[in-house]
Amino acid sequence: MSVTTPSSSPPPPALSGLALAQPGAAGRPRLAFWRRLLLSDYFVLYLTVFLFVSAAIIFPRIGLAGTLGLPTNISNQFLNMWPLLAVALGQTFVLIIGGIDLSQGSVMAITSVIGAMVMSTTLDPAMFDKSPVWGSILTAEGGLLRASPELAVPLGVLAMLLVGAGIGFLNGFAITKFRIAPFMVTLVTMTFFSAFALWLTQSRNISGLPEEFLRLGTGDIISVYLGPKLEAQIARRDILPAIAYPTVIALGLALLAQVLLKNTVFGRQMFAIGTNRRAAQISGVPADRVVILVYMFSGFCAAVSSILYSARLGIGQPSLGNNLMLDIIGAAVIGGTSLFGGKGSIKGTLFGVAFFVLLLNMLNAARLSPFIIDAVKGGVILLAAFLDVARARLTSREQHA
Amino acid sequence: MSAILDIQSITKTFFGVPAVKEVSLRVAAGQIVGLIGQNGAGKSTLMNLIGGVVQADSGAMLFQGRPYAPRNPAEAYRAGIAFIHQELNLFTNLSIAENIFIDAFPARRLGPLRLVDRADVSRQTKALLAQVGLDLSPSLTIDRISPGERQLVEIARALHMDASLIILDEPTTSLTARETEKLFAIMRQLQAQGKALIYISHILNDVLALADSIAILRDGRLVTQEPASAFDVSRMIALMVGRSIDSLYPPRTAAPAATPLLEVQGLSAKGIVENIQFTLRQGEVLGLFGLMGSGRTELARMLFGMDSFEQGSIVIKGQRLTRHSPRESIRRHIAFVTENRREEGLLMNINIADNIALVALPEFARTTLQVLDQGRMMSAARSAAGVLQLKSGDITQQPARSLSGGNQQKVVIARWLLAEPSIFIMDEPTRGIDVGAKYEIYSIIDALAAQGSAILFISSELEELTGMCDRILVMSRGEIYGEFARSNFHAENILRAAFREEGVKPA
Repeated sequence: MSVTTPSSSPPPPALSGLALAQPGAAGRPRLAFWRRLLLSDYFVLYLTVFLFVSAAIIFPRIGLAGTLGLPTNISNQFLNMWPLLAVALGQTFVLIIGGIDLSQGSVMAITSVIGAMVMSTTLDPAMFDKSPVWGSILTAEGGLLRASPELAVPLGVLAMLLVGAGIGFLNGFAITKFRIAPFMVTLVTMTFFSAFALWLTQSRNISGLPEEFLRLGTGDIISVYLGPKLEAQIARRDILPAIAYPTVIALGLALLAQVLLKNTVFGRQMFAIGTNRRAAQISGVPADRVVILVYMFSGFCAAVSSILYSARLGIGQPSLGNNLMLDIIGAAVIGGTSLFGGKGSIKGTLFGVAFFVLLLNMLNAARLSPFIIDAVKGGVILLAAFLDVARARLTSREQHA
Repeated sequence: MSAILDIQSITKTFFGVPAVKEVSLRVAAGQIVGLIGQNGAGKSTLMNLIGGVVQADSGAMLFQGRPYAPRNPAEAYRAGIAFIHQELNLFTNLSIAENIFIDAFPARRLGPLRLVDRADVSRQTKALLAQVGLDLSPSLTIDRISPGERQLVEIARALHMDASLIILDEPTTSLTARETEKLFAIMRQLQAQGKALIYISHILNDVLALADSIAILRDGRLVTQEPASAFDVSRMIALMVGRSIDSLYPPRTAAPAATPLLEVQGLSAKGIVENIQFTLRQGEVLGLFGLMGSGRTELARMLFGMDSFEQGSIVIKGQRLTRHSPRESIRRHIAFVTENRREEGLLMNINIADNIALVALPEFARTTLQVLDQGRMMSAARSAAGVLQLKSGDITQQPARSLSGGNQQKVVIARWLLAEPSIFIMDEPTRGIDVGAKYEIYSIIDALAAQGSAILFISSELEELTGMCDRILVMSRGEIYGEFARSNFHAENILRAAFREEGVKPA
């Protein structure tokens, strides 16, 4: 570290008092501890543990010994985590290059609807005869691929992924080629595709999804036998999924994201763009291409998340992801990804998602009203955004010290 | 005559490097003081001290007989010092009247509201404009009037705040000859009214014609302040240049070869550069000297494919470039060390190793997913850092921002070394770094040239160009206005060419 020494002449008397108040990281062990904690990669993990322990002490009823500790609950919370993780991975990528993707929620809605339209096996005419695609794509006998059920699931899933990546391409293209602010572009795609999903279905959920598809949302690969049912009204199953399809899919995606970010040329170029786009371009980074690919990845992740949610809910839902944007960006930011670009990690987002899911679980278990829950959620995200600013200030002070 | 501004032995140091050192200067009421010096001589810092932009480390100022130490520009402004910059400080989207009254509109009270008294503003503005000889509507927006008129609006604003000292920093760079004449007439009129003026300019004849007294800065020190009658242009130049110190530069180890690496043919872009023509040879260090605004940086950006041009062509190793982009230039083994490390060079928050690897990243990739061979990448980054004697901690951990200016510059150079370039464009490579680090950068430049690279060394410090280059091109107003071989390096002549003084033959 370079240390620039102030001028050697003694400061005038009026200033000598001020000099003592200078923040000195090394001279103040107590401050240094908080600084290190705040800048640590594992900050959220500590926070999660702290939250869990303090909740267990304050509300014994919902602590580890109570609701939160129930195997069913733990298993459910993991299932809640995976779809949020999948979509937050994409957002993390976008935030790292200094952008933002507000359209992920509506990508989830439109891909959920399109997937269901391709795969559905039976539809109620009374519900869908107002849909603009009734009689062509949607019929009483099911969706587009009603004639070839063996192809329905793979092609349905493929369609969802392609639509997700395609909307991401539109976002990236508009941002790089027309130089429109990412905030604006994705706000527009968010509004448009959300409305499009509602229009296609006339606000109805599409049911009748094939069993093979539903398995992607809940199906177990490895399960744990817990003996006979204990409380029939809560634990409906005596076998709990330990490793389910969503686990494998979301963690697989996380692994891919980790490799892309840490071990490829692409990842380094992302960080370079997010840190200093002009310098990156002068150094030969194909900035436009990288930005477009990142938004495509974001849309792709939203589509994966949509697959997990739709399969778990068993329907194609035009309102899917409606209020999810705050959760997604919140989880990424809590995980240490900077809204200023150039900083973020998959590990952090994984912890951030876990923190978020646990927080919601506790608020729910405490039987708080939905309004209070939303207010607390908003407060936590605000705090996370403030932490982001505080971290940025800490690092820039280091730079000038 | 009593001094309205009396600067007493003022010193300002940036990061241990003195920018202004023990300068004393007196400006009397009704006097125009001309302030001249080379780029980096400390003119801007001195003006920033007076204008409250930066604060002095030691020394004192008296303004109108009272101690004066402005903590910010607003205080200087309130004290009665108006600052008219090279780049104007007008809001182009607002009207002339709004610009003049921006800090305090005359207002009428209407209950809790304070309404701008438009009629009063308009009347006052008209009167002020008349004083500077402008006959324009006060409601005209700034973007509709010419640069010369804008300059006069700035002066009108200074009159409105009743400034007793007006500082003009290169006010004529964007003015036509007629507008310049008009500005000078107004300045003489202000002088007759008892205002004090400080006039900074590179156009020495103007300074000589206008100023009562001329102050010359060199290396942050005041060389002399004497009545204008004591000077002629050549004495001014001689005092600005001073003598050179030889031990500041390493000896050149090899002579350039004859093989041309870069040929620039008739490069033109309207209003920026005109008919630029030169050849850069293998092993050559070619200096490009020019004053601020001469088009040297713009030319460098065009050569590297960042900015477009209208006519002419660039030939690399005998092949004419058909596509122009940084990526294409990198593919052709051109490197570009930009003039501002912070904005266009480094990734400040990212570790040194990743900074060094940035340009050559694709070369460390395997497979279609472009997975990096991190081991090979790190050892390449380490060896480049070693060759350049980078002083740092663990390069995989330490962020670039924590390095000193000289070491930051080495990181930028190391980044390009990994791409094995044969042509280096270096724009102000030693700006803002201390003397010792400068020597190291010069040694690197010499070593690169000795290994057969060609270097286009752009600088506004003439001394370092004469110390390091085989040949120097002088740019002035977008053209190459002079060419000097090493045997013919004469600082005064080169400076004359840059100033377009008479008696210098264009190349």
